[in-house]
Amino acid sequence: MLTPTYMDYSSTTPVDPRVAKKMAKYLTMEGDFGNAASRSHYYGWQAEKAVDEARSQVADLVGADPREIVWTSGATESNNLAIKGIANFYHKRGKHIITLKTEHKAVLDTCRQLEREGFEVTYLDPMANGLLDIEEFNNTIREDTILASFMHVNNEIGVIQDLQTIGDICRENKVFFHVDAAQSVGKIEIDLASLPVDLMSFSAHKIYGPKGMGALYVSRKPRVRLEAQMHGGGHERGMRSGTLATHQIVGMGEAFAIAKAEMKEESERTLMLRQRLYDGFSDMEEVVVNGDLDQRISGNLNISFNYVEGESLMMAISGVAVSSGSACTSASLEPSYVLRALGLSDELAHSSIRFSVGRYTTEKDVDDAIALVREKVEKLRDLSPLWDMYKDGIDLNSVQWAAH
Amino acid sequence: MAYGKKVLDHYENPRNVGVLDKDATNVGTGMVGAPACGDVMRLQIQVNDEGVIEEAKFKTYGCGSAIASSSLLTEWVKGKTLDEASQIKNTEIVDELELPPVKIHCSVLAEDAIKAAITDLKNKAN
Repeated sequence: MLTPTYMDYSSTTPVDPRVAKKMAKYLTMEGDFGNAASRSHYYGWQAEKAVDEARSQVADLVGADPREIVWTSGATESNNLAIKGIANFYHKRGKHIITLKTEHKAVLDTCRQLEREGFEVTYLDPMANGLLDIEEFNNTIREDTILASFMHVNNEIGVIQDLQTIGDICRENKVFFHVDAAQSVGKIEIDLASLPVDLMSFSAHKIYGPKGMGALYVSRKPRVRLEAQMHGGGHERGMRSGTLATHQIVGMGEAFAIAKAEMKEESERTLMLRQRLYDGFSDMEEVVVNGDLDQRISGNLNISFNYVEGESLMMAISGVAVSSGSACTSASLEPSYVLRALGLSDELAHSSIRFSVGRYTTEKDVDDAIALVREKVEKLRDLSPLWDMYKDGIDLNSVQWAAH
Repeated sequence: MAYGKKVLDHYENPRNVGVLDKDATNVGTGMVGAPACGDVMRLQIQVNDEGVIEEAKFKTYGCGSAIASSSLLTEWVKGKTLDEASQIKNTEIVDELELPPVKIHCSVLAEDAIKAAITDLKNKAN
């Protein structure tokens, strides 16, 4: 079987062979398999050394101090630890949290849980381009607001929020600022030495590191304190207990070091590929890009082919692995909540496809994808009663649909 | 989720795609679903003087299973009387296409479509 071309890098990435090679040295008897918490022998020291080096590699990429990096199992855990950790530690100061409706579920569901525990959460609507309305945010802050959580780059539409401006407002109002940077780290510049950010979540597997590995940046200046969510041996300065997964940590460190060295060149290349992809579709009828095209990460193109349902298009272009905001791809039967929060009609949300290109995508991959998509969109529109109606000049909003 | 062989076959080679004259007295049109729900089916049947369905056409906006369900239905109704066609149950479509539970609504929509087409035809006769 011919494997499909991978164009779903926002979902996950393959581990870079250089990373995999290094990770393999920290597993077996011949390698450094020790427990980094074993302070009394060679094996423990070797593991600790590897963990420290990786911690520096992660800190280096984002302009942080290595002591500000806490290892976790991934961005989901980092988001949980940051949000619950702040809420539980500072609840006497206030119980109000602000976030955005287009955040990742790891943030939204964590906030929902805190609501059940008596916190109050404001979920702001993004503007139509996916960006936070700064003025609205400013007006939402109250005396009892303790935390604002906004993602740096959105996973579905790739739009980039302005961390400097948001962070300045947070500092002025003494509100902690947490940023989910799973989709941005290693792809755009982040300098935590200058950015007014208190907590930042990272994932390894979005930038060619292993799955099941992440980190949380916890600022030391100003000092931010957290209540631990995982209790045990007091690892990671008491913030996250559990024996450190040396091979995973080393993998994340190596992936971050490679990202630091190659980020500039790589983002230029993926931007060129994204532009090539977009150019390949831009002359088609009834095609809409979802989210701001300028304030956007280089590798992401989220695009709706109106009157074609996303899942059937994905099935038609099965030679290319992408994802869709269509309802049918998830068990919930609801189209993407991110696209709906932008104010997109359900039809357009159902018709969306997210292409995300990355390190191993070639120009030929892009050209083949364009040809395939164009052919199949045409075929599916020939099959679509909605396309007929559009061509006959019927306004679909004027039709009485039998909803089911 | 992987698709079954029969769904793929209908999806890749849909039978009876097209449009019949919706104003003709011997043509019934059923349009069901809603764009907001992610699927819309338009099923049309044409009957001869004996009341037997001699032609059936469809167009569907929806997932692969919705397209396959309507394609299969057009095959099944041809040569059937209206009474026979109205007896078709969604569960038969589920069995034939081996639809997973999350796709059962596609078969329900197809059953609704043929019923709506028959109703349209009967309304025209009255």
